[in-house]
Amino acid sequence: MEVARYWRTTQQRYRMEGEICPTCSGKIFPPRDVCPHCQHEAKTPFTFSGRGEIFSYSTIHNAPQGFEKFAPYTVALVRLTEGPLVTAQLTDVDEHDVYIGMPVEMVTRVLREDGERGLLVYGFKFRPAFGVSGSSSQAVAVDVRAPEHAQHEVMIAR
Amino acid sequence: MAKFMQPNRPVGIVGYGAYVPRYRLVSQEVSELWTDGNAVSPVREKSVPGLDEDVATMSIEAARNAMRRAVRSSARDESSLAANLGAVWVGSESHPYAVKPTSTIVAEAIGATPYTQAADWQFACKAGTEAMQAAIGFVGSGMTEYALAVGMDAAQGRPGDALEYTAGAGGAAYLLGPAEEALAVIDGSISFVSDTPDFWRRQYEKYPEHAGRFTGEPAYFHHISSATVGLLEAMQLKPADFAFAVFHQPNLKFPLSAGQQLGFHKDQLWPGILVNDIGNTYAGSSMIGLTAVLDQARPGDRILLTSFGSGAGSDSFCLTVTERVVEARKDPNVMTTADYVRRRTQIDYAQYTRLKGNYRLN
Repeated sequence: MEVARYWRTTQQRYRMEGEICPTCSGKIFPPRDVCPHCQHEAKTPFTFSGRGEIFSYSTIHNAPQGFEKFAPYTVALVRLTEGPLVTAQLTDVDEHDVYIGMPVEMVTRVLREDGERGLLVYGFKFRPAFGVSGSSSQAVAVDVRAPEHAQHEVMIAR
Repeated sequence: MAKFMQPNRPVGIVGYGAYVPRYRLVSQEVSELWTDGNAVSPVREKSVPGLDEDVATMSIEAARNAMRRAVRSSARDESSLAANLGAVWVGSESHPYAVKPTSTIVAEAIGATPYTQAADWQFACKAGTEAMQAAIGFVGSGMTEYALAVGMDAAQGRPGDALEYTAGAGGAAYLLGPAEEALAVIDGSISFVSDTPDFWRRQYEKYPEHAGRFTGEPAYFHHISSATVGLLEAMQLKPADFAFAVFHQPNLKFPLSAGQQLGFHKDQLWPGILVNDIGNTYAGSSMIGLTAVLDQARPGDRILLTSFGSGAGSDSFCLTVTERVVEARKDPNVMTTADYVRRRTQIDYAQYTRLKGNYRLN
């Protein structure tokens, strides 16, 4: 685990902090200090809205080391509302609900952990934007009654 | 004589936000597995965190929701709020690290770093409300403009134990600030504690231990009622003066019993009771009950909030909702408590075991 490398990218991973070009107003993510649009210096921080839509996606079944426990999981190219295209995992969505053009929003989640003793790495993922089909609602009515033969009640006060 | 607490400068809730993970385990599954269905679960189902969720990530989302509502309530932009945020405090009994603060992760994610206070709080299920009470003092003394208090847990319960039926995940975040910007003003609070060993988790232990039925009368009911009665007496109020009352909810029966014993009607209690749908979210339990109430409260409504934390103690608060609550609730991108409760994916016990990390892959 490269602690220093992760530490250097905390702001961009936790809250999608990129840059805005003072010359052409282009929005830059990830931050690189030089504008890819006009090649001028661009060091002004800019926090992205975290909103965008799925440009393309793929589901990973054979996960690389460190990501095994998440498999299968879906990764996507997300076109941010402000322009840049970013790669990230999708979360809180079932594979078959994902589609190109799906509106998504950024959330901060655990990306990986360096074993039981190591660092937890947090970063952005995307999930279906609130209100989008597949974002939630399997609002199934559940009727769970105690079976008639139930013998005792489990009741702890905390 | 109860020690009634009120800050020098009036303080209120400027923003609030809830969070509940999407997975649900129907408690009957636990009963079927461990007791052949003989045990009656004290709740219908409970929330379960995803593989990529913990107290830090859940606190971040709740905090973001609180910040967004605060933008509406205070009419300040989010960066201005973050820049004037003098404390980020997270109360929990399931912090991801034993040593390394959750609060700095949350502070970084909401853009409040580097000039802010950050700390993790611990007092079993009232860790969140004690952070809230301290935040009232921090803002009320004028030491800072805003302070964020989070109560959040990914609760632990040993497989097969009574706690496994109810130990859920979720919680809430509150941005405390000047009363003139608040959607609900804090009228006053009280804290009532004693060394009552009803529940504990020793260093390096994965699951907590509890004293069974001892957790009821001498622990939960005694502290909840003492704090609440103390507050009502100090403020010369009676249960009928409140539109809503929220109590810590370890199961469905206890908050209803405690509330009714204190003289509250079921109609005042139901709106804040979520335990049947999401389980006991420990440090988040009473705090997310309050977000559910704030989602529907009207200006002028008075709300009572009383938490309970094992070990043991209760914090009791009196709040009055202001006109600003209407504007604060208008952001269409902020999910309400009911939205989170409805966002529901049912899992079975095998999937639950996987999400809890109880399968060894190697």
